[in-house]
Amino acid sequence: MIILKSKEEIEIMRKAGRVVSEVLDMAGDYIKPGITTAELDAFIEKEIIARNAIPGFKNYQGFPAASCLSINDEVVHGIPGERIISEGDIVSVDVGSIVEGFYGDSARTFSVGKISDEKQALMDNTRRSLMAGIDKARKGNKLGEVSAEIQKNAESEGYGVVRQLVGHGIGRNMHEEPQVPNFGSPDEGPTLKIGMVIAIEPMINMGTYQVKSMPDGWTIVTADGQPSAHFEHTIAITDGQPDILSLSEG
Amino acid sequence: MAKEVNIKVEGKVIEPLPNAMFRVELDNGHVVLAHVSGKMRMHFIKILPGDKVTLELSPYDLTRGRITYRYK
Repeated sequence: MIILKSKEEIEIMRKAGRVVSEVLDMAGDYIKPGITTAELDAFIEKEIIARNAIPGFKNYQGFPAASCLSINDEVVHGIPGERIISEGDIVSVDVGSIVEGFYGDSARTFSVGKISDEKQALMDNTRRSLMAGIDKARKGNKLGEVSAEIQKNAESEGYGVVRQLVGHGIGRNMHEEPQVPNFGSPDEGPTLKIGMVIAIEPMINMGTYQVKSMPDGWTIVTADGQPSAHFEHTIAITDGQPDILSLSEG
Repeated sequence: MAKEVNIKVEGKVIEPLPNAMFRVELDNGHVVLAHVSGKMRMHFIKILPGDKVTLELSPYDLTRGRITYRYK
């Protein structure tokens, strides 16, 4: 069942989204070659708590950290640890927060120092695909129009769209109905209504769309070892323009 | 945080087992143990060895699946 949110609830979710966005801004400045992913995670956790929010991912279905940090060929759900971030890496930072019982969820991929043109093009495409998808998230549209738009954007440049992982409805739970795939045909899925809040998150691979799980039970990597980028926003369906909740103030 | 979904694959039924379970050979050669989805049982869709089927695999245990469609 898809849970519709009232105007008041959406304003609370905007607060949760703002926390996540501000923390991502800070994380982007903090990332530099030589730090470990555990250090970056500790910084993120501190920044979430400093904004009177609860880290949304910690202990979610047993996930051990406040953020998912996925480097290069890691698609999503990388567990922070002793891995050292180095020059030329792309690091996907996925952060969640809980404010007054509601979740905020957003992700960005950051470049470390100078990266290859191919990686830059992949990141640019993924961000563009996300924004193109968001633009289709209007009342009366089918959810499939969002999915199909993302897929069209990514595949037109020869990238692979991950199928095993999808975006999701979000609210008092991190994962609610509906599932928001990044692929599919425009006539599929539920019709979007005012008050739906969804997290749209294209995961785009440079090579094949196929992925595999690592033995740690969380980390997802590309099957061919090529890099992957990930951008995500939490958005609300409104009367008019799609309302991006995971934005910093101003 | 992205949500993991069941993986959809296709295969061929090789052996019927008790309790509406089947051994299914996937297109990639793996053999998995699969049960029939509730909706298919409700509509009395029969499955015989040799049938081509669609199944969903759990991301957690890739040796078991759920048959969701039988091709005619």
